[in-house]
Amino acid sequence: MRARVWSWAALAVGIIYFALPLIGTVEFSLRKRRGEYSFDAYRWVFEDPRFRETFSYSVVMALFTIAVGILIVVPTAYWVRMRYPRLRPLVEFITLLPLVIPPIVIVFGYIRLFNTSSVLPLTGTATGTNVLLMMGYATLSLPYMYRAVDTGLRAIDVRTLTEAAQSLGAGWGTILGRVILPNVLVAVLSGAFLTFAIVIGEFVMAALLNRPAFGPYLQLIGANRAYEPAALAVIAFAITWFCMGLIQLATHLSPHSRARRS
Amino acid sequence: MAFLELEALDKSFGATPVVRRFDLAIEKGEFVSLLGPSGCGKTTVLRMVAGFETPSSGAIRIDGRDVTGLRPNQRNIGMVFQAYALFPNLTVSQNIAFGLRVKRVGRAEREARVAEMLSLVGLAEFGGRYPFQLSGGQQQRVALARALAVEPQVLLLDEPLSALDAKIRVSLRDQIREIQRRLGITTIFVTHDQEEALSLSDRVVVMSEGVAQQVGPPFEIYSRPATRFVAEFVGRLNVIDAVAGEAGDGVLRTGDVEIALGRPVPPGPVTLAMRPEVIGVGRADGRDLVFRGRIEDVHFLGSVIRIETRLGSAPLFLDTFNRPDRPPPALGEIGEFSVAASDVMVLGPGGSAVKVR
Ligand SMILES: Nc1ncnc2c1ncn2[C@@H]1O[C@H](COP(=O)(O)OP(=O)(O)OP(=O)(O)O)[C@@H](O)[C@H]1O
Ligand SMILES: [Mg+2]
Repeated sequence: MRARVWSWAALAVGIIYFALPLIGTVEFSLRKRRGEYSFDAYRWVFEDPRFRETFSYSVVMALFTIAVGILIVVPTAYWVRMRYPRLRPLVEFITLLPLVIPPIVIVFGYIRLFNTSSVLPLTGTATGTNVLLMMGYATLSLPYMYRAVDTGLRAIDVRTLTEAAQSLGAGWGTILGRVILPNVLVAVLSGAFLTFAIVIGEFVMAALLNRPAFGPYLQLIGANRAYEPAALAVIAFAITWFCMGLIQLATHLSPHSRARRS
Repeated sequence: MAFLELEALDKSFGATPVVRRFDLAIEKGEFVSLLGPSGCGKTTVLRMVAGFETPSSGAIRIDGRDVTGLRPNQRNIGMVFQAYALFPNLTVSQNIAFGLRVKRVGRAEREARVAEMLSLVGLAEFGGRYPFQLSGGQQQRVALARALAVEPQVLLLDEPLSALDAKIRVSLRDQIREIQRRLGITTIFVTHDQEEALSLSDRVVVMSEGVAQQVGPPFEIYSRPATRFVAEFVGRLNVIDAVAGEAGDGVLRTGDVEIALGRPVPPGPVTLAMRPEVIGVGRADGRDLVFRGRIEDVHFLGSVIRIETRLGSAPLFLDTFNRPDRPPPALGEIGEFSVAASDVMVLGPGGSAVKVR
């Protein structure tokens, strides 16, 4: 009985810890009009052209980051599983590095390596800087992407499926595109949505590379206005939760993935 | 020249030899089984034919073409795996069509071929299902259809039945054999189940520790085993230690029993071997070796009665058919048994080669 009480208490503390700031933020974001609740702050945000510009910029960046991430991570995780299982610890270590190296260090490294007087002057043009930023994002999302894909690969018999496809005449492209990727799609999607959330909220890299991303905009508004930052925070939360919902949905909708869970 | 030729195949993993001097020539349309205990290298041989393993030395030829250096997807070989290897994200029809799409077969032809394959394996209604909606036996039939759809030159089956329950195993193996006969496709079938190998195959290869011990039709493998390993691995066998007399005239002793084989046997210790079914109860024409023994146990198996007795001090099993007019002998009785001298195999000392007849 005592244990029961304590576990409820712990749960309550947890809920309060997470929910209270959120509720406070929501409540505050609705108070722009004096004396009554309103969506004025939200209206201001949605009417601000900079919101639309920075948000769509970040969305496009996120989509490219996801595409590049999939192209890098899926073949890598597949090869490590198929051919070089002994390299696994090394590869896992590398994918974890972005968690221990602060983004600010990474981006300073980038700026030094790819500045206008370097061999590959990526920072010289807007497109070049976008590519650099996208690569930075891909690096940041690597730990999540790799782990998600690797877990997905564990759920299928990679070797047998590969050999079955090979004996039917398939080459590596076909095997990866038509056999491996579709079977880890749910895992890839969950990695992709995490990537999306990371890219949308990222500040340091975008700010230091001076790109018009959503993160710096968030910071700008936060420094200059009262209620709108709260509204933006709620919007950011909503987007993240929407992504989480999409992960769940994707898991439930894919017809063949039901078998593994039941 | 044979259709599929394996010539002096050797395969080592690191320093461990797994397949040694493996020779096999298979005619077009032949059904050959690789039979042997776990770990004897059956799968490794099959994977070398498929191209998943590269032989350490030796050559593989299909229809006169050397394929030893070719990658699996260049070999035109169909393979059915032990574990269900269907693509989980594709329906049954899409699974079967996979190889055809890879080969860029046109849509109309592809669909016709898929329909033909589905009806060949008796799953015409199941084209739209996903693998997880099928039973194990159905999945293996789809795997077979998928392998056959691309019209491979050789079909390889690695214990395709071992994950299924006994009843389906028997019906599916007959079905596989029937389809194989109908298409006339050259087939290698790997199994460690001797009944499967004996009942299905045109020829059986009995393997032990990476070496082909004997290659021959099932009847020959069973009746005239070339080595002691084959004799003991395939079917049940009574093994009796005996000593051949100095005269070399075929008179042997085991315990206090004397056996006159009526053919020359070099003097010294020998091992006699008899299948349980060549020994009969009572005397009969042609069963010229007669001995008596106490009946120690009787197993009534329905159509067959298995009797345990002793020859000298060696335990001896014999199988007789059940006949309604002759009840099984009682325990403890002294029975009279007989066997034809020509049915008694003499295995050399150390169990190397067997001299037969
Ligand atoms: N990739 C590998 N690396 C190292 N050793 C291997 C490898 N594959 C197989 N072996 C070894 O080779 C031997 C033969 O293996 P193989 O799979 O051919 O046996 P098998 O006859 O098919 O056995 P089973 O009936 O259990 O399937 C085994 O001792 C196995 O441990
Ligand atoms: Mg095997």
